Amino acid sequence: MSDISQTATLQGKPQPDPAGPAVAAMLEELEEGSSLWKDAWARLRKNKLALTSLFLFILIVLFCVVGPFLSPYDSQAQDLFVGAEGPSAAHWFGTDTLGRDLLVRVMEGGRISLLVGLVATTVSLMIGVIFGAVAGYMGGRVDAAMMRFVDLLYALPFTIFVILLMVAFGRSLWLMFVAIGCVEWLTMARIVRSGVIGLKKQEFVEAAVSLGYSHTRIILRHLIPNVLGPVIVISTLTVPAVMLLEAFLSFLGLGVQPPFASWGVLINEGQQNMEIFPWLLIFPAFFFALTLFCLNFLGDGLRDALDPKSAKD
Amino acid sequence: MLKFVAGRLLQGILVLLAIYAVTFFLVAATPGSPFSSERAIRPEILAQIEAFYGYDKPVFERFMTSLGNALSGEFGPSAVYANRSVTDIIAESFPVSLKLGALSLLLAMALGIPAGIIAAVKRNTWLDYVPMSAAMVGICLPTFVMGPMLALVFGIILKLLPVAGWFGPEFWILPAATLGLVYAAYFARLTRGGMLEMLNQDWVRTARAKGVKETTIIWRHCLKGGLMPAVTFLGPALAGIISGSFVVETIFQVPGLGQWFVRGALNRDDFLILGLTVLFATLIVIMNLLVDIVQVALNPRLKYE
Amino acid sequence: MALLEVEDLATHFHTREGTVRAVDGVSFSIDKGETLGIVGESGSGKSVTCYSLMRLIPEPPGRIERGVARFDGQDLLQMGKSDLRHIRGDRISMIFQDPMTSLNPYLRISTQLIEAQQTHRDIDNKAALFKAIEGLEEVGIPDASNRVKSYPHEFSGGMRQRVMIAMALINEPDLLIADEPTTALDVTVQAQILDIIKQRQERLGTAVILVTHDLGVVAGNCDKVNVMYAGQIVESGSAEQVFYEAKHAYTRSLQKTIPSLQEKGQELYTIPGLPPDLTKTINGCAFHPRCPFPKTGAAETGRPTLKDVGDGHCFADCGYCDSSGSIEDVLAKGDTDDIQLPGEGVEA
Repeated sequence: MSDISQTATLQGKPQPDPAGPAVAAMLEELEEGSSLWKDAWARLRKNKLALTSLFLFILIVLFCVVGPFLSPYDSQAQDLFVGAEGPSAAHWFGTDTLGRDLLVRVMEGGRISLLVGLVATTVSLMIGVIFGAVAGYMGGRVDAAMMRFVDLLYALPFTIFVILLMVAFGRSLWLMFVAIGCVEWLTMARIVRSGVIGLKKQEFVEAAVSLGYSHTRIILRHLIPNVLGPVIVISTLTVPAVMLLEAFLSFLGLGVQPPFASWGVLINEGQQNMEIFPWLLIFPAFFFALTLFCLNFLGDGLRDALDPKSAKD
Repeated sequence: MLKFVAGRLLQGILVLLAIYAVTFFLVAATPGSPFSSERAIRPEILAQIEAFYGYDKPVFERFMTSLGNALSGEFGPSAVYANRSVTDIIAESFPVSLKLGALSLLLAMALGIPAGIIAAVKRNTWLDYVPMSAAMVGICLPTFVMGPMLALVFGIILKLLPVAGWFGPEFWILPAATLGLVYAAYFARLTRGGMLEMLNQDWVRTARAKGVKETTIIWRHCLKGGLMPAVTFLGPALAGIISGSFVVETIFQVPGLGQWFVRGALNRDDFLILGLTVLFATLIVIMNLLVDIVQVALNPRLKYE
Repeated sequence: MALLEVEDLATHFHTREGTVRAVDGVSFSIDKGETLGIVGESGSGKSVTCYSLMRLIPEPPGRIERGVARFDGQDLLQMGKSDLRHIRGDRISMIFQDPMTSLNPYLRISTQLIEAQQTHRDIDNKAALFKAIEGLEEVGIPDASNRVKSYPHEFSGGMRQRVMIAMALINEPDLLIADEPTTALDVTVQAQILDIIKQRQERLGTAVILVTHDLGVVAGNCDKVNVMYAGQIVESGSAEQVFYEAKHAYTRSLQKTIPSLQEKGQELYTIPGLPPDLTKTINGCAFHPRCPFPKTGAAETGRPTLKDVGDGHCFADCGYCDSSGSIEDVLAKGDTDDIQLPGEGVEA
């Protein structure tokens, strides 16, 4: 227990801190973070499921990123004489109808799926954090209006909008990042806002205001770093959601276009031929589902670790 | 209460107008037109076709005409499937989609809500762990993985159920299960969370101190509040089931609206996209309105807002 | 025979950080119609004692480790679930600290009051509603026949606590346990609520266990008082004994913190330090590290037990408690420098 909280309990109520150089020093310390992260790591280490998920996820990433360099096959190289064949010593995952090696295609498809997950999450993170922080910090009518907007968007069929965006602006990979990011920021905004509202009432923010710091500095250096825990949790959970949306679009033929292939594209191809060539469905579906599992369990684990209050009912 | 419903209704109408406008201009902003296909058409013929569909007029004028038509229930012809109007397509396929959607949603609730209640009441026993682990699996398996898997197992390997078409009740099972199971998982998790929150409330302790039976505590004291998260989720669930139906209808070759929407999007069938988007949005707006009303009915504290 | 006799009650909480001995060997008794006060700081185990008697401890992590609580000849702690249910709310009822959260916001007041009766009696809705209105009138709720149909959020905190009292007393129980019934309320309302409890108690002949951290409340309302510290009773006796002839250093320190008993202009007294960590074994007096009296000698093994010093006045004398000296003198001497910080004096 820190000294600050001890004196607070002793007096029965937290005391307002006198403004001054001591406060400024305290603020610097707060800006640099605290032992929260060490505690969180200790808690996470005890969570076997989350750790296993993290480990598996790292393996999957390595598999997708490094894998293609080690394979003798080119993902585009067709061999119509071979055609679709089941797993063998030469082709561990078999080949697709055009005779392409499925192992390499799964690895390269994973690269694209993971890339979409990463970039679109970053887009949603930036929109959500800024929107939420501003709404929470401004409060009052601005906040009410901004959150009403979020409520409205929540109620909308936004997958349909992503489809429309993809139709309207052509099916480029980069557009998809932005389109997906643009619809997946709502939860983030809500979480950041409620975090900021909680923090705003605390003394160190009042102290920062009394020292005359600018709004931007207060938001960027005092509020956002302190809601980092929930933000990390939501980001971890947004990655699988985003990958799901990408795969959904690709499955419908509206996402990643040939010659590129994501897991969603591969699952679609496999699905069309599953009666005769089930391995074409099973391998990409397995890796996709496994990745989603890992990220969801990791997200849950991080939530328990970073936000012990909401942990384990 | 009447004022509240009227207010929400008005809001819903405004949202629909906004959606209509956004969709219209999004489609209008798309380069090219639905008629510029790969086949080379002589420019004067193309101009004629475009004039027939009103594409020669300024965008805003087109918007007003189309909005006027839409308000009278007329969404225009399908630009790609000649001689079929969007209204025809909706009339033909909507019943199929409605049946699929309703079945899935009912399945999701019938399975998810009781599982969530039981899991919360029997917390930290196998009645909690088993359904909740299953729910985690359900949430992680997207429809386009779950669907083919179910088809593979029950249709192709076990040969119990048909995997394509829409000709009778046995054809409904796999598509509805694919769509419903994912949302059953969400409902189970949300209901469990809601019930646990209620069970931890002080007033539950008061009820126990009064000597009230545990079953009465669950039914009378906790259920209303515990169902809140699940009720709130109905809106997103419907939206999810609609977009999920795009996938499921493709996998199981169900002749519903989802297939039309995907084809419309791929073929740039402007009127079809617009008509279907408005239809889907209307369904979701109605569902959200119902959710708002049910919430107020369940929670007396919300009445005075 | 006493209405309720508690012997060696111990309730522990098994948490990840260790076993918290929240209540560790508490014995007391209460007679019919009597009022017993239990006083102590938060975390001293007074509320846990009450919840243990009603078996309302959340299990896990809590567990009643040992002890007997004989109510009318039956042991509450060993009783079957359904027998216990017939006692809860009918023969023993309870009022909680926070009236804002203790009533179900989803149900009308009438529903909750009728439920309290129908759980234990064969009574039709109409008669039960009539009794409910009567009960609300008796605790001073104006326009009770209309307001009975309201929801809890339509009442103020003080009014809700009145409703809680009406509900707790509607079956005319033998014992009412009031867990800090006034803590969450405005000072102006506090006295009213205590008055209502007292009035109803006199009418119905109910015995009351009044849990509070406020010595003033105890002095005006109780026949007997238990002072609790760190999960044990450190002093007990009649209200006069505990209030005017306090022996234990903790009781006396507690009295010192009552602002109205201090001279004007004097700095408010707070007990320095923090209560001990209950996950660790305590040797000697638990209050030792915070005790204002001069300390000599090392902590002994085990905690001092209650000893009768005459007329049923008991206190846990550690031997270092200079019971004859005046606490004012000690404090005046400025001899408090050697007060140890929490943790230092309490060895694992």
